[in-house]
Amino acid sequence: MPLRTKTPPAPEILHAQVHPMERFLRVDRLPHIWCSGCGLGTALSCFTYALDEMGLGEQDVGIVSGIGCTGRIAGYVNLDSYHTTHGRAIPFATGLKIAQPKKKVVVFSGDGDLFAIGGNHFIHAARRNMDLTVLCVNNFNYGMTGGQFGPTTPLTARGTTAPYGNYENPFNLPYLAASSGAVYVARWTTLDARRLKEAMVEAIAKPGFTFVEILSPCPTNYGRRNSLGEGLDELRYYERKSVIRHGADPKDADLTLGSEIVVGTFVERERPTFLEVYEEKILKQQAQ
Amino acid sequence: MGSDRRRLTGAHFMNGDEACAEGAIAAGCRLFAGYPITPQSEIAERMSQRLPQVGGVFIQMEDEISSIATVLGGAWGGMKAMTATSGPGFSLMMENLGLGMMTETPCVLVNIQRGGPSTGLPTAVGQGDMMQARFGSHGDYGVIALSPSSPQEAFELTARAFNLSETYRLPVLVMSDEVVGHMYERVTIDPEKIEIVERRPPNAPPETFRLYEPGPDLVPQGMPAFGDGYHVHVTGLTHDERGYPMLDPETQAKLVTRLKEKITRNADDIIALDERELDDAEVVIITYGISARTSLGAMQMAREKGLRVGMLRLVTVWPFPEKRIAALADRVAGFVVPEVNLGQVVLEVERSVRGKAVVRGVPHAGGDIHRPEQIVAAIEEVLNHAA
Repeated sequence: MPLRTKTPPAPEILHAQVHPMERFLRVDRLPHIWCSGCGLGTALSCFTYALDEMGLGEQDVGIVSGIGCTGRIAGYVNLDSYHTTHGRAIPFATGLKIAQPKKKVVVFSGDGDLFAIGGNHFIHAARRNMDLTVLCVNNFNYGMTGGQFGPTTPLTARGTTAPYGNYENPFNLPYLAASSGAVYVARWTTLDARRLKEAMVEAIAKPGFTFVEILSPCPTNYGRRNSLGEGLDELRYYERKSVIRHGADPKDADLTLGSEIVVGTFVERERPTFLEVYEEKILKQQAQ
Repeated sequence: MGSDRRRLTGAHFMNGDEACAEGAIAAGCRLFAGYPITPQSEIAERMSQRLPQVGGVFIQMEDEISSIATVLGGAWGGMKAMTATSGPGFSLMMENLGLGMMTETPCVLVNIQRGGPSTGLPTAVGQGDMMQARFGSHGDYGVIALSPSSPQEAFELTARAFNLSETYRLPVLVMSDEVVGHMYERVTIDPEKIEIVERRPPNAPPETFRLYEPGPDLVPQGMPAFGDGYHVHVTGLTHDERGYPMLDPETQAKLVTRLKEKITRNADDIIALDERELDDAEVVIITYGISARTSLGAMQMAREKGLRVGMLRLVTVWPFPEKRIAALADRVAGFVVPEVNLGQVVLEVERSVRGKAVVRGVPHAGGDIHRPEQIVAAIEEVLNHAA
């Protein structure tokens, strides 16, 4: 399996009045709505740097979001951007990709949107190997609605609907993605900005259903209720707890409260995509 | 038959569901996303057979929610796209139907109605989703719903639904029913008679284009496809003419009023009616879909009895032809409204008549269609009441 193990070089530090990736941003919509210390700014920056590194123009990529804090990313990127209904970003993106198969379609949404209300669409798009990249910002709770527990909240962690601690087991997202058929699965934290950007490049470049889980601080809701401190403290927590383990079996990548956080590229494999099979097996034969 | 595999022409013996699929293909539909449900499955099956022959894509989704979401995505990708379902699936589609209304996305949603509520009568007829078609998704918006009474009309109205969706920029509903869907009749396809409305391209370059700037007809001025270089932002949030979220009462009032008025203001262009023997009519049957076929028999039976009865068939159910009905109410004794539900469209007839004539519903709970005698009895009741 061709797994990347070396750390990319540090970029030079820029002192500029404008964001170096401004061409990918809708500056007329700034400031954004995200809280201080939230990881979404980092995730969005990494995404713009990834597009830049890939040499993709603003016409080459479309972005689809569902509902929630991460769902607002679609509104800040200067690309064709579609802010859809709660949980339905993946099927909407499926239609976009079918209509424009040469373009890149990226779904950027949160853990609640993609894995609670939208979970069924995730597993079926992965099964079909629909040619989409799904970037999931996992902040372990429903941030937009005020900090309720969700499908990724660790057992015993607190939320506004889990005042005595969460009594449900969470999903292990890389394991779910891998078992459903994703051809690329990685996990990074927003502390690993350069590695995260590289993972986005790899995921977007690779044909098929690719998935990157992005662990992100939510100091206003999840962090506060679980005594994790400010956003920066959560990044320090990631620094202490995360272990890079490329090629790890995703089933060993469970996240439990206080345990180590396994990050890295877990899956890279080849499977024909939905549109490749449709083109080869169906269209070519029927159009004769 | 005169047909090659790409373009179906000539006369065919097919059912209403198959005709619906052919009407979509004739109108330029190249993406179908759907989920199996009786009694619409023949549409999906026909599409899975035909779309590959014309270079289109058939995708069977995991549910009806994703089916309509995929259709909306396909439409923004530049395709003409359709989904089809029946009652339970129609209910599941309501949220994303609202997204389609809010984002003014041209596409077609077909409902082959069966008996409800819930699982109800999966294989038998109903017309109980007519008010859901009008008000099913939350919030206010205008609706176009067409109702075919034969396989031939299923073909023609599905094609027209695509044209209306492009002209007025919204998902258009084809409200068929199980009997019309499963009824086999002659369907004649004459390509020269099929009008096709193509998507309006943007009216300005990307620098000055505003995604939701309405023209005089209140419809946005052109729709760029994904990748055209317009960097559109499309959101289900309340938005301004740029498409940017603006969550204030003024923007809400402007947008939502326009979504409603772009249909009401253009109602005369949208509404299609089939009027029979109205000139001397004392009683008018107002009906639609399969109930119009039964009503035609009832009208003939009543005429044979010497009763002066006419029929107004709603080819377009929404927007509602309230002006036409109000004008008839000035000169007739009354109206009877047979429909395979416990009284839905009859409420709109009552609203339009405003007490100027008698209105009698002819309800039917579903699973079967009316007998013409039931409708004749209602006609006689109206005449006795008026006498």
